[in-house]
Amino acid sequence: MSMATTTLQPVERENYLNKEYGALSWLFTTDHKRIALLYLMSITLFFFIGGFFALLIRLELLTPAGDLVQADTYNKLFTMHGMVMVFFFLIPSIPAVLGNFLVPMMIGAKDLAFPRVNLLSWYLYIIGGLMMLHCMLTGGVDTGWTFYTPFSTAFTNTKIVEAGLAIFVAGFSSILTGLNFVVTIHRMRAPGMTWSRLPLFIWAHYATSIIQILGTPVIAITIVLVAVERTLHLGIFDPKLGGDPLLFQHLFWFYSHPAVYIMILPSMGVVTEIIACFARKRIFGYSFVAFSSIAIAVFGFLVWAHHMFVAGISIYAALVFSLLSYAVAVPSAIKVFNWTATLYKGSIHYDAPMLYAFGFIGLFTVGGLTGLFLAALGIDVHVTDTYFVIAHFHYIMVGGALMGYLGGLHFWWPKISGRLYPESWARLAALIVFLGFNLTFFPQFILGYLGMPRRYFQYPQEFQVLNVLSTAGATVLGVGYLLPMMYFLWSMRYGKPAPDNPWNAAGLEWKTTSPPTTFNFEEEPIVTWEAYNYDELDAPRKEGVPIAR
Amino acid sequence: MPDSTLVGLHHEEEHHPELLHHFADAQQQRDSASLGMWIFLSTEVMFFGGLFCAYLIYRRWYFGDFGAASKSISAALGATNTAVLICSSLTVVLAVWAAQTARRRLLIGSLVITMLLGLTFLGIKGIEYKEKFEEHHVPGASFSFDHVPIPGHPDQYANPRHAEIFFSLYFIMTGLHALHMIIGLGIFAWLLIMAWKGRFTPAYHTPIEIGGLYWHFVDIVWIYLFPLLYLIDRHP
Amino acid sequence: MYFGIWAALLLGTFVTYKAAFLELGRFNAAVALIIATVKALLVALFFMHIKGAHEKLLKLVVLSTVFFLFILLILSMADYGTRTWS
Repeated sequence: MSMATTTLQPVERENYLNKEYGALSWLFTTDHKRIALLYLMSITLFFFIGGFFALLIRLELLTPAGDLVQADTYNKLFTMHGMVMVFFFLIPSIPAVLGNFLVPMMIGAKDLAFPRVNLLSWYLYIIGGLMMLHCMLTGGVDTGWTFYTPFSTAFTNTKIVEAGLAIFVAGFSSILTGLNFVVTIHRMRAPGMTWSRLPLFIWAHYATSIIQILGTPVIAITIVLVAVERTLHLGIFDPKLGGDPLLFQHLFWFYSHPAVYIMILPSMGVVTEIIACFARKRIFGYSFVAFSSIAIAVFGFLVWAHHMFVAGISIYAALVFSLLSYAVAVPSAIKVFNWTATLYKGSIHYDAPMLYAFGFIGLFTVGGLTGLFLAALGIDVHVTDTYFVIAHFHYIMVGGALMGYLGGLHFWWPKISGRLYPESWARLAALIVFLGFNLTFFPQFILGYLGMPRRYFQYPQEFQVLNVLSTAGATVLGVGYLLPMMYFLWSMRYGKPAPDNPWNAAGLEWKTTSPPTTFNFEEEPIVTWEAYNYDELDAPRKEGVPIAR
Repeated sequence: MPDSTLVGLHHEEEHHPELLHHFADAQQQRDSASLGMWIFLSTEVMFFGGLFCAYLIYRRWYFGDFGAASKSISAALGATNTAVLICSSLTVVLAVWAAQTARRRLLIGSLVITMLLGLTFLGIKGIEYKEKFEEHHVPGASFSFDHVPIPGHPDQYANPRHAEIFFSLYFIMTGLHALHMIIGLGIFAWLLIMAWKGRFTPAYHTPIEIGGLYWHFVDIVWIYLFPLLYLIDRHP
Repeated sequence: MYFGIWAALLLGTFVTYKAAFLELGRFNAAVALIIATVKALLVALFFMHIKGAHEKLLKLVVLSTVFFLFILLILSMADYGTRTWS
């Protein structure tokens, strides 16, 4: 309640948060901003559940012997960690929270094209999540998140069908979100908001949505096939009955590889927005960044069998997929070059969102380059199914996607909540996350290279030091994740009220109030300026000359 | 207060009762609904696509066995069902045209006939399934497919395990298709009720158009299912 | 006009059915699939009104979907078609 803030907000204006109160007004809302917050709460819950499993895994791996849990239990731990984190945290995270909140505002619309479908998406996510929780509490699954056949269809005694159906339902949530975004971006842009003036966050979400729409149905049908095969004892994937286990892997990875681009593309979009703002510069090579997002989406569908190099596919197919996997790295590299070029001669500010963006660039680059190691057949034969792979994808998903998510939450927090988070704590947390992350996962590259297999709960004595380092890092990382949760909650009550545009950032979302009103804009905006017009925003005010706002 | 100046509605056109508030005008709402349904159909193509992928791989591997299994299902019934669906697609476009030109009786009649044809399709499917059940061709514990010659190789018998894979895919693919048919019937029942209540006009009949798109898609899936499943190796 | 398309579709079905009983070797499948594709195109272009659509977006949606479906089918065959063991 301080009057010493830079803006005066003596009386709280009506906004989307205080327009109506009561649980029903939230549970039956069609406001994309409220739905985004519903997702924020549920996704955070699943993040901590998945994190809990990770903690148990790392505790077991403190010692070489399998002494904390039994082998079967350990199998369940890494399976549940993977399933929860992939399907109930990473895939929805940025699109469902930041995308839902920002896409309409960034294009100047009042809401998404299909607000009721948006609410349905959230309910499907919740139903899938509850099914998964029930499955976990009544025994869980032990096949690995990849539930390969014929173990998952013919041999395991765990609850595959229930877990599969949970993922099936959550998959539809993902499909509908993607559908909503594509239609919204095509149909609901404000006058003057041409494709080449769109924020790159929108391009990233558009590309992500294409993957969600085209890829998710394939894993959906795969789950149906597994469920039917398991229930009726068919032989579609069972070699004893004439089936091919590799067919499952083809169908599974046809989705699950593009799925990793669902996880990273939105994060790249967030990083682009943050870098432009905190370097006070237009993004270098706007069209290249925009088209690279589309290219990643397209190429991402062409590389799936690089997960199957040692599974028994033909060597000729392996060659083709290896080559294509090298190609898919190019658009990602283009983005990294463009971010770097944007930073060059920029006026750089080291606020918390920017720290996360810097972390992203470094860690994503490491993760991406190690992906190229894995795409090389000769290397892959040695490091596949070792901790090298685990380190690789955690660098991208945690060091990349999750850092981008956190950076975005910080960047747009004033807009979402109308409050400022405490900057010093945020910078500290960002640093803790970065250090904890590297301590956790860098040793795993070495472990994998030295030969420690993944999904093993006991290991030879000589690997212990690295494992202990990794677990220590995980503890630090955990602290780094708890801190934002605490100070974000704290800020909702005690944080300084935020001005409409605390960062003086470009983008239509910053022209709404903080927090925005239910329909976002008082008048439909008419866009006459290019994206990232930081040169105009930062130019000294000339008398009588209106800033392009 | 901002409400009255909110977005785009410059009020030259009437505020149609079906216009949702977040759209600027009816055309935007129509275009969004249409694009939304097309994208949903894309997801359905990929959904069935996984099954087609599995089917094509096994058909190539076990061509003879698949041929034997395919010969045991009735091509005549399959062809009849194809014709039934084609006729139903015709009645669907007639329904859309009727809505566009305010022909209420034709609209309701077309919707009714579409549904009847859909039920006919399901009925014929039911007959086929019953035949398979009686012949013990339903995959599972009671499956048997012994001593069935491979077409073109009368001295060789089809491998029952491979034939079971054919029937698994047959039931899953046609079953999933039939499920979509049932959902389609549900959608059309709802459209029929709305049409009966007079909710559709030349200015607003989007639900019929997008319901129609869905129905045509189900038809197209069958257009591919029929030759692939029923006509593998029929020549004597 | 719709009736013309309808008649063509029924004719296509009849031809497919009859052709299946002819001895065409590997062309049996090709003929059946080509006719099926023509029928599907007729339904999509004329019954689903892609032909008259005023913007290219719908065609783009359909073509992209078909493209990715073909990627699934063809790249899988890259594996299955080149395995040198039985």
